[in-house]
Amino acid sequence: MNHSSQQHIVVIGNGMVGHHFVEQLVNSEYNCRITVLSGESRLAYDRVYLSSYFSGKTAEDLALTDEKTYQDWGVEAVTNAWVTDIDRDSKVVTTKDGNTYSYDKLVLATGSYPFVPPIPGNDQPHCLVYRTIEDLEAISASAQQSKIGVVVGGGLLGLEAANALKQAGLETHVVEFAPQLMAVQLDPMGGDLLKQKIEALGVTVHTQKATEVIEKGQHSRYRMKFADGSHLETDLVLFSAGIRPSDQLAKEFGLVIGERGGIVIDNQCKTSDNDIYAIGECALWEKRIYGLVAPGYAMARAAVADISGNEGAFTGADMSTKLKLMGVEVGSIGDAHVRTPGAQVYTYHDQPAGVYKKLVVDANRSLVLGAVLIGDTSDYDTLLQYSLNGIALPESPQALILPSSGDAPLLGADALGDTATICSCHNVSKGDIVGAIDGGCCSLGDVKSSTKASTGCGGCAALLKNIVDSELEKRGVEVSKAICEHFDFTRQELYHLIQVGGIKSFDELLEKHGTGLGCDICKPAAGSIFASVWNDYVLARQHQPLQDTNDTYLGNMQKDGTYSIVPRVAGGEITPDKLILLGEVAKKYNLYTKITGGQRIDLFGARVEQLPAIWQALVEGGFETGHAYAKALRTVKSCVGSTWCRYGVQDSVTKAIDLENRYKGLRAPHKIKFAVSGCTRECAEAQGKDIGVIATENGWNLYVCGNGGMKPRHADLFATDLDDETLVKYIDRVLMFYAKTADRLQRTSVWMENLEGGLDYLKSVVIDDALGICDELEAQMQLITDSYQCEWKTTIESPEALKRFRQFVNSDEKDSNIQFVSEREQIRPATNAEKYAAGKAIPVAIV
Amino acid sequence: MLTQANTQNIHDICHLDDLVINSGVCALVDGMQVAIFTVSTGQETLYFAISNWDPIGQANVLYRGIVGTLKEKIVVASPLYKEHYDLASGNCIERDDVKVQTFPVHIENDRVLIEI
Repeated sequence: MNHSSQQHIVVIGNGMVGHHFVEQLVNSEYNCRITVLSGESRLAYDRVYLSSYFSGKTAEDLALTDEKTYQDWGVEAVTNAWVTDIDRDSKVVTTKDGNTYSYDKLVLATGSYPFVPPIPGNDQPHCLVYRTIEDLEAISASAQQSKIGVVVGGGLLGLEAANALKQAGLETHVVEFAPQLMAVQLDPMGGDLLKQKIEALGVTVHTQKATEVIEKGQHSRYRMKFADGSHLETDLVLFSAGIRPSDQLAKEFGLVIGERGGIVIDNQCKTSDNDIYAIGECALWEKRIYGLVAPGYAMARAAVADISGNEGAFTGADMSTKLKLMGVEVGSIGDAHVRTPGAQVYTYHDQPAGVYKKLVVDANRSLVLGAVLIGDTSDYDTLLQYSLNGIALPESPQALILPSSGDAPLLGADALGDTATICSCHNVSKGDIVGAIDGGCCSLGDVKSSTKASTGCGGCAALLKNIVDSELEKRGVEVSKAICEHFDFTRQELYHLIQVGGIKSFDELLEKHGTGLGCDICKPAAGSIFASVWNDYVLARQHQPLQDTNDTYLGNMQKDGTYSIVPRVAGGEITPDKLILLGEVAKKYNLYTKITGGQRIDLFGARVEQLPAIWQALVEGGFETGHAYAKALRTVKSCVGSTWCRYGVQDSVTKAIDLENRYKGLRAPHKIKFAVSGCTRECAEAQGKDIGVIATENGWNLYVCGNGGMKPRHADLFATDLDDETLVKYIDRVLMFYAKTADRLQRTSVWMENLEGGLDYLKSVVIDDALGICDELEAQMQLITDSYQCEWKTTIESPEALKRFRQFVNSDEKDSNIQFVSEREQIRPATNAEKYAAGKAIPVAIV
Repeated sequence: MLTQANTQNIHDICHLDDLVINSGVCALVDGMQVAIFTVSTGQETLYFAISNWDPIGQANVLYRGIVGTLKEKIVVASPLYKEHYDLASGNCIERDDVKVQTFPVHIENDRVLIEI
């Protein structure tokens, strides 16, 4: 690396904004060397979703980057590097352990620190703040010794913090100095409704309370005394009363600081020193500190542009917000407080439903200036687009916030200009999205990974999908959901047609709803649906031609046309006798044996004509089919659990066996894997499975929709401390809902991510029965469970079915192309070269 | 031992009942593996015979593929990598440079005859 010609950029601070700066600078391909000095012990993580730490996310889940990524980018990242000195003349910074770094450009991304009001007693143990992962660890530790928790501060962050305390299991209170919650973003009416909703969720809100002192309590650890003479007892106090810019370094080394703090920057994010930039919450632009991530990102981009010699400026940022606080939808756009002279207001209030909407427009009623939305933020995206892009309002602006009567003027994707900002987190305009599609992106996923749109807060997801769909359609890309050319329906629609129409054969389905003769896409899909709905024997005469070869021969076809066989070993528990039988069968038929990842044993190299005899031996020895060949339940992996393990809290093996026996044979859009862990150490890796069950002291935690494979995804925590009965009930419902509604070959993870509303929606369907279908789902699952049959057993008992298990209809010869050689004392398929060398290569007609 | 192109012969393979409607079976004819498919269009039953060798997957498996239609063509999908072969012409739909051999099929007195 040629250091002399390269600029050296030193970044102090590795929060979200500091990290974004590094990412953007790397992406700009500007020729420079980058060093990151982080005062914290870990690299950048997501502070926006900090409270998810209490719903099961780990520090790793929240991480935005890691050492490896920075290494790959050629960025030197130093943690625990607290900067103590900036020598602006010789352009050198020094850290507390004496290391020095010379810079060409210095970027301050030092962020902010929580403001703790100067209340006597605020420095005692269990008086905490909410900002970093270390803070969360402290809150978590304190919560274990506490019953009641109070958050000081009723702003956006304070309510997030209250949510965290509630999730930690504390009786939670919020104390706010102002007369209402979220006074910055909401009007009094909105603040009041938010208070009612949050109190209905069990969090007590105290407004207009000025805390005077925190002293020893009588029933709890502390007593907070308020200026009005009242008091509140609590065990834990969490301060979340706003932020202050971390500007000490800048102040100490002579940069210009605002009257009330903050490093003064210009439109290029330059400080009063030409070679020093400041971005994010430590920076003061036009006398404003921006405490949201999107403006910080915008500053980072402006600084990158200036350093790399490109054009770009930070010219203020929109502070509109949409979020869900403890499940309550809250939105605020622009001038929520009606401060613009001449502004006019429309309001809609549905008290029984707890919905309040306010629309602020200009004097001419032609532009949206602001809005407040409580209880229903479905109009947020549309209103924000009107506001940000100055789109002219329709004749009756009130229609934008009135409940949909079917004729509300929806703002379609086509109404937006190319300059319209769609994703404000990553500053992606509609033009960028159109450009990405012109550049070859042909799906929502492609556009997301290419432009990063909708990968920040996700607020623009629905709008982005509309634009992508609309643009693809314009280009003649048929955004068809049809499963194939023979059926103009999605898999979900076919499922419905089959179930409601009582259709039991492919011919009938084709005659009523399709064209042509079907194909290798729709036939197996229909076969799978028939199995999910009616659970017939998959090789029944009318279903047999529908199945993929793996289902037809009840084994997994390998590259040479032989099959592998995986008997079911429920929960991974197997007796010595059964192990011996597997060994004997493998030996007799000269099969290659290998242990699978799902705690079973795979036997490879069986010729099609050997399969019935092999199964005969296995079925007689008590084995059943393992469905390794099917889009169906595969395995339920387990750890050894409380029976043997010193740490186990529940009997995970029995639970795994019970679950495997309940769901074996269930056909689904794709394979399904389970695991059960007997304690939180999670040795069964349940969080990497479609259905993961982890034992707790009180029952079972249920995780859903994880997977390994090509695109691994951790499962989401779905419900906690379930009893045995509820656990099965929830799994029944999740799996049957999946079998009913997923696309062909869509695993649970992708299925859930594509459900509008995602995990929350799935919870509402399964836990709250929002669609009123839970009884039906359970009954359908019961039908499947009750009609289970081992397909091997049924097959070997049917002379008709056995007819198919031969290579030649007119000869007992073997397929001479299947040849094995020995390796590590077992067989493996011979390579072509080996076949020729042995003189056994078969003659093949070449045309 | 390549088969001689000029010794075309009719081979009696099996009874009609040995075939499987809308699926395939395999016959060994003069040392050569032939996949025989039966396709019911609703109005009539059609019979096709092609080489059983999957030239892309390099294995004798085509008879175990799923039959169906793509546009107007009646095809079988290789069970290994899912390429489609036109049963009438032997042409691979996905690859212009790949083709499998086809053979005439005759049904006489409920016997299945292959011409090679």
